Amino acid sequence: MSELTVPSQATAPAAESGLMVQAEQVHKSFGHLEVLKGIDLEVRSGEVCCLLGPSGSGKSTFLRCINHLEKINAGRIRVDGELIGYREHGGKLHELRQKEVAAQRRSIGMVFQRFNLFPHMTALENVIEAPVRVKREPKAAARERAEALLARVGLGDKMGNYPGQLSGGQQQRVAIARALAMQPKLMLFDEPTSALDPELVGEVLDVMKDLARDGMTMIVVTHEIGFAREVGDSLVFMDGGVVVEQGNPREVIANPQHDRTKAFLAKVL
Amino acid sequence: MKSEEATTVRARPEPIKAVPVRHPGRWITVAVLAVLAAMFVHVLVTNKAFNWSFMVDKMFRPPIIEGLLRGTVLMTVLAMLIGVTLGVLIAIMRLSDNPILRGVGWLYTWFFRAVPRLVLLAVFGNIGILWSRIEFGVPFDTQLGQLFGIDNLQLRLFGFSSRDILTGFMAGLLGLALSEAAYMAEIVRAGIQSVDGGQTEAAQALGMSRGQLLRRVVLPQAMRVIIPPTGNETIAMLKDTSLLLYVPVSVELFFQLDAVGKRTFQIFPMYVAACLWYLFLTSILLAGQYFLERHFGKGYDQTQRARDRLRTITAEQGGGGGQGAAG
Ligand SMILES: Nc1ncnc2c1ncn2[C@@H]1O[C@H](COP(=O)(O)OP(=O)(O)OP(=O)(O)O)[C@@H](O)[C@H]1O
Ligand SMILES: [Mg+2]
Repeated sequence: MSELTVPSQATAPAAESGLMVQAEQVHKSFGHLEVLKGIDLEVRSGEVCCLLGPSGSGKSTFLRCINHLEKINAGRIRVDGELIGYREHGGKLHELRQKEVAAQRRSIGMVFQRFNLFPHMTALENVIEAPVRVKREPKAAARERAEALLARVGLGDKMGNYPGQLSGGQQQRVAIARALAMQPKLMLFDEPTSALDPELVGEVLDVMKDLARDGMTMIVVTHEIGFAREVGDSLVFMDGGVVVEQGNPREVIANPQHDRTKAFLAKVL
Repeated sequence: MKSEEATTVRARPEPIKAVPVRHPGRWITVAVLAVLAAMFVHVLVTNKAFNWSFMVDKMFRPPIIEGLLRGTVLMTVLAMLIGVTLGVLIAIMRLSDNPILRGVGWLYTWFFRAVPRLVLLAVFGNIGILWSRIEFGVPFDTQLGQLFGIDNLQLRLFGFSSRDILTGFMAGLLGLALSEAAYMAEIVRAGIQSVDGGQTEAAQALGMSRGQLLRRVVLPQAMRVIIPPTGNETIAMLKDTSLLLYVPVSVELFFQLDAVGKRTFQIFPMYVAACLWYLFLTSILLAGQYFLERHFGKGYDQTQRARDRLRTITAEQGGGGGQGAAG
């Protein structure tokens, strides 16, 4: 099982600093609304970082900035030492071309709250699509790996199903397999279980725990406190576009320092 | 779960045998329609002006069949091919981030949707009046030459005599295809906009380029929305080839039938023949549309079929079930 999971490049370049994600003073506004007001965050290679916070605090926005689905207005985001979305040259920032941004996104997997599987493709086709089209892998090899990945998330018997023929939990597991098929060095999860019936949450969390055990670097936006406590290496609590508190998940959950953290945890626990 | 046990344990009730509701209104309607139909058939059979034998004799003649194949069928196919391709391009232009491309796309659809097709065809048919030759080169070359004191400067790359290239067929094709592109652009744009934004995001997050995400993710899903109106457009196009009479395009079904009618003073039978031919051709297209819609419903109608299958299973088991959600 485990030999499939973590791509070899995950550990290589990040080794110098050991940091997979470095965000410095990230600001993001939509029009006049400033959603991120200077986020500093560091995630070490192989670490699971859980991002908590009330609705509208900017968690999704921050996650989308990391793979440049949103352009940041100020600050820097580096993934594996590489500046995201820009090139620093002669003291100036140059925007990367679409092609270069796409290349950066290849090594960052993302899992969405609403799965966003391609409905016109079967589970297997969903997983094969990017390796074949984007990475130009030979189809047979991609297929073999996709089958192994789907088997790993417990869907070996559902490969020919269209997303509409799968339950929510199954769809989300296909979505995780689809992201893993690109052999990313970092996985971003945006509330991967909040659109699921309670009975289906466990099967998705199990896959994520498995992934964490295998050393995948993950940033997980979640309201699953149990998951954060059990699997998280760090917990970041955001509110109003700033990081209010961060630290060891078990310590923060058991003994929150900040009033806003206390209030939030009281509600979700 | 409790109710499931209950229903399986309890005996199945007797099937319902009830007296159905009577519908006297329906029978009256049927009677009235039958009388009207009989009157219609009576006219068809007894009115000499229909001249059926003459019509059947003429409507399969070689010039008419040739007109049907080239001026109607081939023209429809070519005009739709060009129209759809150009329409997709213009739709993409209109959804582009580039304001100039957006503007050009808007201008195009505005112009070609505002001018009636019939007028457009008449214009294209007579465009030879404007230029005897169509040439490509540096614009305003002669005028620019005068600015720099060169007399009659001509920087032309290549050209054709417009009579060679803008034959009736080409002029007609151009008019129909360009006009179709404007309508198709609107249809494709609506289709693309109907695709959930999460699809684009997921494709981008996987590192797909803009072209890949359009071709592989967005357009195939937009097809579900695009295909039905495109079918209607194709049918409309087939019928609009009769407007080629005004270009004029002589190798065309309606031109030919009309000509025979005028020559023989049997106009009405030939117009009836036109009706029958267009009925026949559009019926074929309607059948084709049905199969296309089924094909592009992939992943959607399967869901529906799966659901239906489930419903039958549960119905057979007497209302049990529960396989729906989990699995
Ligand atoms: N594309 C956008 N345009 C304008 N405003 C936006 C956009 N996306 C997000 N916002 C706003 O930014 C704020 C933060 O949104 P975000 O989705 O990041 O919150 P969140 O922490 O993920 O909340 P939730 O827990 O509900 O998902 C919200 O006030 C939202 O309305
Ligand atoms: Mg969110």
